[in-house]
Amino acid sequence: MLAESKKNLFNHSTIRNDFPILSRKINNRPLIYLDSAATAQKPQAVIDAVDNYYKFQNANIHRGVHTLSQEITIAYEEARATVKKHLNAAHAHEIIFTKGTTDSINLVAYSFGKKYVKEGDEILISSMEHHSNILPWQQLCEDKGATLKVIPINTEGEIDLNEFKILLSAKTKIIAITHVSNTLGTINPIKELITLAHQQNIAVLIDGAQAVPHLLVDVVDLDADFYCFSAHKLFGPTGVGVLYGKQKWLNEMPPYQTGGGVIKTVTFEKTTFADLPLKFEAGTPHISGAIGLAAAINYVNALGINNISEYENELQVYATKRLSEIDGLRIIGTAANKAAVISFVVDGLHPFDIGVILDKQGIAVRTGHHCTQPLWNIYGLQGTVRVSFAFYNTIEEIDSFIVALKKAIKMLI
Amino acid sequence: MKIEAIENEIIEEFEIFGDDWEARYEYLIDLGKSLPLIAQSEKSDNLLIKGCQSKLWLKSSFDGNLVNFFADSDAIITKGIAALMIRVLNNQSPSEILSANLDFINSIGLKEHLSPTRANGLVSLIKQMKLDALAYKSQIVN
Repeated sequence: MLAESKKNLFNHSTIRNDFPILSRKINNRPLIYLDSAATAQKPQAVIDAVDNYYKFQNANIHRGVHTLSQEITIAYEEARATVKKHLNAAHAHEIIFTKGTTDSINLVAYSFGKKYVKEGDEILISSMEHHSNILPWQQLCEDKGATLKVIPINTEGEIDLNEFKILLSAKTKIIAITHVSNTLGTINPIKELITLAHQQNIAVLIDGAQAVPHLLVDVVDLDADFYCFSAHKLFGPTGVGVLYGKQKWLNEMPPYQTGGGVIKTVTFEKTTFADLPLKFEAGTPHISGAIGLAAAINYVNALGINNISEYENELQVYATKRLSEIDGLRIIGTAANKAAVISFVVDGLHPFDIGVILDKQGIAVRTGHHCTQPLWNIYGLQGTVRVSFAFYNTIEEIDSFIVALKKAIKMLI
Repeated sequence: MKIEAIENEIIEEFEIFGDDWEARYEYLIDLGKSLPLIAQSEKSDNLLIKGCQSKLWLKSSFDGNLVNFFADSDAIITKGIAALMIRVLNNQSPSEILSANLDFINSIGLKEHLSPTRANGLVSLIKQMKLDALAYKSQIVN
């Protein structure tokens, strides 16, 4: 019945054809890709955009007077405008192209930290953060003599709002929190958290790596100070990502890296930096990446992000129900509001073994700590098996996965 | 028995499985289950092999002539692979262990466990077995 209800929304025989890799066989079985939270597959439209750039558009952006340089500068800035529109940002210059989410967070930790964080200050993160949203802040705290405070979560994997309120203080300089947990799937109530933080004039950075591929994100509505994501999880190329930042912060923050492109004037004594966004884009950027990202956003918008959310939620609910039928299987992360990410353990079995046997059956899942080691210390686990879905996955694939998982358990027990 | 002869013996055993990955892995899982455990109290961090998604402990001893290995893991496939390595390298001289090329892994359809992404530590296990052998060899020289 679930499969029936969404047939009008997504015609999978067409959509799956958009993704060449999905026709591959792995270990003589049709590939069932359940690792989109690690990286999403790329539609032909993205591959073509990148291909076309290298074949017919390649030139360096900005400054060039020749036609090719002008054309690609326009295309690159159009890509920025596409991202701006997708996040509903107020200005295109609030969109900084980076190497990815990790790079975006490092940029803010460095530049915001340099300007605003001093000894005795506090930085707040949650227990469910990816290492990428822990380490840059840990480093900053070490450098500045500041303290990293951690918001606890309940057993379902939800932020403890009361504890969050208690942790907010005049010392808190910035809160860095994930929109969607890459391991538990929890969708955090970030709008509420941001409102509470702003009541005390505290800036908030949102790690949106796992949210942007699945949810409508409106940075103005959320009132986020910073919002970060990677193109490759949004069906775009690797090596490129986005930092959205309110101009009031970005204008005040010093450059993260310096070099070509970030300047107005340079003498050996003094440099005047360029305006946004170029101040934060030192060196030749990932031009083909930006072009590919714009193509990915256009592809997603043609399907409709709300349609995607709705369909993926059905996949998540269905997979949760099927997994719950298996004896000894425990789902880790049972928040009321979840994205299409499910982590689980099976009593007496190591996630690695399950992952290997699933791979032999053509099924790609992730096993291990998923770069959230402190979270597993809380749960007393070494790691989990994680399945994550995208709109190109089907109910039939989940059924095949369940059969394969049962086989793995039977072999391993 | 020479290392190469044991390797050939294992290759022959695995040939029976042909393309049947299931039978191959079931055999590996059985090997893992039959490997003698290392006592919980002995599983200290200095026996732990780095670079594994699963935990893998390696212990060795030397009688002045031959090396003995013991391994344990919390993952059964990792343990099965360790059991194969022990079967090949146990009761060999440090010099024999150091010069072993261990090509049999490729021949028995477990090549994927040598890939860097698998991170199950087979590469690290082999390296540590050889490092132990090297340490024992230097004892002989001294």
